[in-house]
Amino acid sequence: MHRTGELYGQFQTLEQQKASATLGMWIFLATEILFFGGLFLTYTINRQAYPDVFADASKTLSLPLGTINTLVLIASSLTMAMAVWSAEVGKKKLIPLFLVLTLILGSIFLFIKGIEYHDKYVEHHIPGLPFQFEPGSSVATNAHAELFFSLYFGMTGLHAMHMVVGVGLLIWLLRQSLKGRFTPDYNTPIENVGLYWHFVDIVWIYLYPLLYLIDRHK
Amino acid sequence: MPSQLPIYPDQASNFAPQVDTLMTFMILVSAFFTVAITAAVIFFFFKYRRKSENEIGVPIHGDMRLELTWIVIPLILSMVMFGWGAVVYVDFRHPPQDALDIYVVGKQWMWKIQQPNGRREINELHVPVGRDIKLILASEDVIHDFYVPAFRVKMDVVPGRYNTMWFRPTEPGRYHFFCSQYCGTNHAQMGGWVTVMEPADYAAWLSSSMETETDPILAGEKLFSEKSCSMCHLADGTGRGPSLNGIYNGSVRLADGSTVRADDAYIRESMLLPNAKIVAGFLPIMPSYQGQLTEDEILSLTTYIRSLQSQPVPAKGAGVIPAGKK
Amino acid sequence: MATTTTAPAYTMPRDHYLNSSYGIRSWLLTTDHKRIAWLYLAGVTFFFTLGGIFAAMIRIHLLVPNGLLVSPETYNKLFTMHGVAMIFFFLIPSIPAVLGNFLIPLMIGAKDVAFPKLNLLSWYVYITGGCFVLYAFATGGLDTGWTFYTPLSSVYSNSAVAPAVIGIFINGFSSILTGINFAVTIHTMRAPGMTWFRLPLFIWAHYATSIIFILGTPVIAITLLLVALERVFHLGFFNPALGGDPILFQHLFWFYSHPAVYIMILPAMGVISEIIPTFARKPIFGYTFIAASSISIAVIGFFVWAHHMFLTGESTYAALAFSLLSYLVAIPSAVKVFNWTATLYKGSISYDTPMLYALGFIGLFLIGGLTGLFLACLGLDINIHDTYFVIAHFHYIMVGGAIMGYLGGLHFWWPKITGKLYPEFLARVAAITLFVGFNLTFGPQFLLGLMGMPRRYHNYPPEFQVLNVLSTAGASILAIGYLLPMVYFTWSVRYGKVAGPNPWPATGLEWSTDSPPPAENFDVTPVVDWEPYDYKNRADLGLGTSVAPLAPAHGDD
Repeated sequence: MHRTGELYGQFQTLEQQKASATLGMWIFLATEILFFGGLFLTYTINRQAYPDVFADASKTLSLPLGTINTLVLIASSLTMAMAVWSAEVGKKKLIPLFLVLTLILGSIFLFIKGIEYHDKYVEHHIPGLPFQFEPGSSVATNAHAELFFSLYFGMTGLHAMHMVVGVGLLIWLLRQSLKGRFTPDYNTPIENVGLYWHFVDIVWIYLYPLLYLIDRHK
Repeated sequence: MPSQLPIYPDQASNFAPQVDTLMTFMILVSAFFTVAITAAVIFFFFKYRRKSENEIGVPIHGDMRLELTWIVIPLILSMVMFGWGAVVYVDFRHPPQDALDIYVVGKQWMWKIQQPNGRREINELHVPVGRDIKLILASEDVIHDFYVPAFRVKMDVVPGRYNTMWFRPTEPGRYHFFCSQYCGTNHAQMGGWVTVMEPADYAAWLSSSMETETDPILAGEKLFSEKSCSMCHLADGTGRGPSLNGIYNGSVRLADGSTVRADDAYIRESMLLPNAKIVAGFLPIMPSYQGQLTEDEILSLTTYIRSLQSQPVPAKGAGVIPAGKK
Repeated sequence: MATTTTAPAYTMPRDHYLNSSYGIRSWLLTTDHKRIAWLYLAGVTFFFTLGGIFAAMIRIHLLVPNGLLVSPETYNKLFTMHGVAMIFFFLIPSIPAVLGNFLIPLMIGAKDVAFPKLNLLSWYVYITGGCFVLYAFATGGLDTGWTFYTPLSSVYSNSAVAPAVIGIFINGFSSILTGINFAVTIHTMRAPGMTWFRLPLFIWAHYATSIIFILGTPVIAITLLLVALERVFHLGFFNPALGGDPILFQHLFWFYSHPAVYIMILPAMGVISEIIPTFARKPIFGYTFIAASSISIAVIGFFVWAHHMFLTGESTYAALAFSLLSYLVAIPSAVKVFNWTATLYKGSISYDTPMLYALGFIGLFLIGGLTGLFLACLGLDINIHDTYFVIAHFHYIMVGGAIMGYLGGLHFWWPKITGKLYPEFLARVAAITLFVGFNLTFGPQFLLGLMGMPRRYHNYPPEFQVLNVLSTAGASILAIGYLLPMVYFTWSVRYGKVAGPNPWPATGLEWSTDSPPPAENFDVTPVVDWEPYDYKNRADLGLGTSVAPLAPAHGDD
């Protein structure tokens, strides 16, 4: 098994290894943009078709919880960036600290998401299970609201899965950092996980207004 | 008349000669390039065959003028092909105003056709020669496609919307039509015959025996009342919804100031997504009928609304912009 | 007359990647790109055979107008499963995952790809996706067409749609991982001196293909996931009865599936660009133009998808735009065909099997590509859309083009991969059999389309029978053409003549190492200071330096 920091067999130099890892992560994030992109397109088409129902359905989401989550995630990007910075300047003791903070914030996000999902379950707003929008809604309104919630669960669910993977990566990084592996000369894994984490954050920053803030001013 | 191309079906519509001529052009251009390049390849293959074990070829890396030539010439030819095809297609996508409207409903695995006077047929389409015919296509389930090889035209039949296609038959006769979008088990059996008749024969056929079929206008009127449309859409314009007298294919002013034509698609949308377009002066209170009307029922209601074209348009409360007002 | 390359007697190298370790674990847990190529070879050959069996059944069934062999339900499953197996599990992986995996590191002077473990993972992902699809085939089959149009696939079909689309979804990640691996490898792992414009055109082709893997595949993944969710949880994205839009599915589907056809053809074009200079013994004509055309095809190919939707009722303006762009994407392909032909001029041409495949490719791809122009023509598409014309068109490109390229490449690099030569005479017979059988199978289908026979029909009106019989006859010859290489390639691994490092000889870096190569590819990292296909200045190849015959180059002639 290779340990982090060593030169892998297929590479000639550590520079080549680092360049490859970083380029690989950027390209992977490009694929993720296209992956989420299909959902964003579906959302756009459906919102344009049923603007009123989408607005009504959006209002049944908890604005306070969604906003808290947004702030939590932005803060976690800050702590993640601090972890990368600590590695770059050689403050080895700070790395695990910031990674733990990021982990805690990420977990808070997932926990709050769980609360929101539970609320939707109670309100019969989960598509597929018996779905009922406001009592007395017409067949059409019910169907269009179910479309909104299909997209809500699809997009936030996919996002949450990516968060879970991110949490796993953070735990791995934490273990490595506790062993003192990351130095100013070698911190590629933190940097790349940082890229991933920031990407997941940016996806949420798009999801939040599109899902929670439809016509809230009205 | 028989087509110029020997294996083609007969040419029986206004589009057939256009499509066939374009096809001939494409075949000639393609044949030219195929023969030219194949001949060059075969010629070089034999002329420059290796004559001794260690022989190599003459290193020629490229030639800019040649590259530009064989970019520019294909580009010009492509644009001709595009332009010519576009002209035919744009014509096909714009049915003439005075076309005869025939409704076609596709469902697994049959076609239900309704003539303008309500006469229905199954897997058969009777049309008069020399007249512009517009087919309004609806599906009750999956995507189908209505294809008449002798007319050289087809159009997808998509659930959830209307598609239209048009043609002008030019030759009396019987021509095959096929479903040509895979639609399940009996897709290959979902076809029938188009019968093109002289106008007099068509008129006679049209008015002969409606048998025990229900007059779709009456059926539509019945639905109009059963589904409570008549509660709001009072004919005299005093109801909560606009009067539908004279509305079919007329101009409607919307709440946002724009004007639309109340064609079949508009009427259908008004039933299923009433809030998409609100008539000026009315509130967005109409409930949606999505999930409560089959395509057949929408068709019947539309036929009934169409029959209201000649009814008197009230001065106030009409859906259509009354004559004299702009 | 020296129209065959004769190889002098060699012995196999003592240590190479095939005997560097033994046992099933050394294969199933390998991270050597060359062994992973073999793993993929096994997988794609399996799915090709399966798809081929379905094709044989289809052609036999269509011998008579009422259908000879199977029920309508079964027929619909046959053409669907034929398409799914061939496209997702054979054509898309074939050249990149077999030849690309084997050759890319060798061609650029690297020891392996950038992420060898991801490479192995991508094979396991491919196999997992394949298992889901095989499960779907075995339990109820699949009868939606490989295009899965909704709401037929998401609501009305009674076949095993959910496991099948999940299998294809999973398989998509195999493509994505391969694309990432190739793109990074080509960027960062080139040997010293291997600048971008010294790269073999095979590499350019795979770089362009990787762009499509990366940007296109995620879209089909999410789309099929939505179909699965719609089916299992009765959601409404694509179901008009629930407010959804079936045409949205088509946009999402074709956004990937059109570039996917470029995934299938670009690598084959890369193979042809290697074979022709080798067997004409001169540089390719217009290297920069061919490299640029690969990238152009990949990029423009993302902007033409709705030419599959001209007759869905989409806006006329959209149709005009997509038709125009479809003509633009054809130009770079035309450029390649002209450049390959020009390369033959004043070459020193030998008739070895790879060259036969390459020349067959030029002719058949030409016909396939030209008939694509027919379909891009709006005024013609209203007639020939969804007829056998389309089937003939894409088989000319995918079989006459991509598969010919794959087989030509397998023959060309077989000596490098195995250290052995395949039997040349039998190989030529097979190539010619394939060419004849192929044309007899698919040529008549153009005519069937013009006559008006729709596709995906298990029955047909009697006037279409003669051409259908002709097509089936051709298919039987085609089958022989495919079986022969399976037999003699297998035979050659054990009994073939030893090839030596560079039997042709060819100029690529992969030919400067042993056949088969050592596990770490090169004993010493090469430093590149020559241009590609530079026969004139490669004295090390032991050839003459001009067209006229010279004194023997080696003392051992």
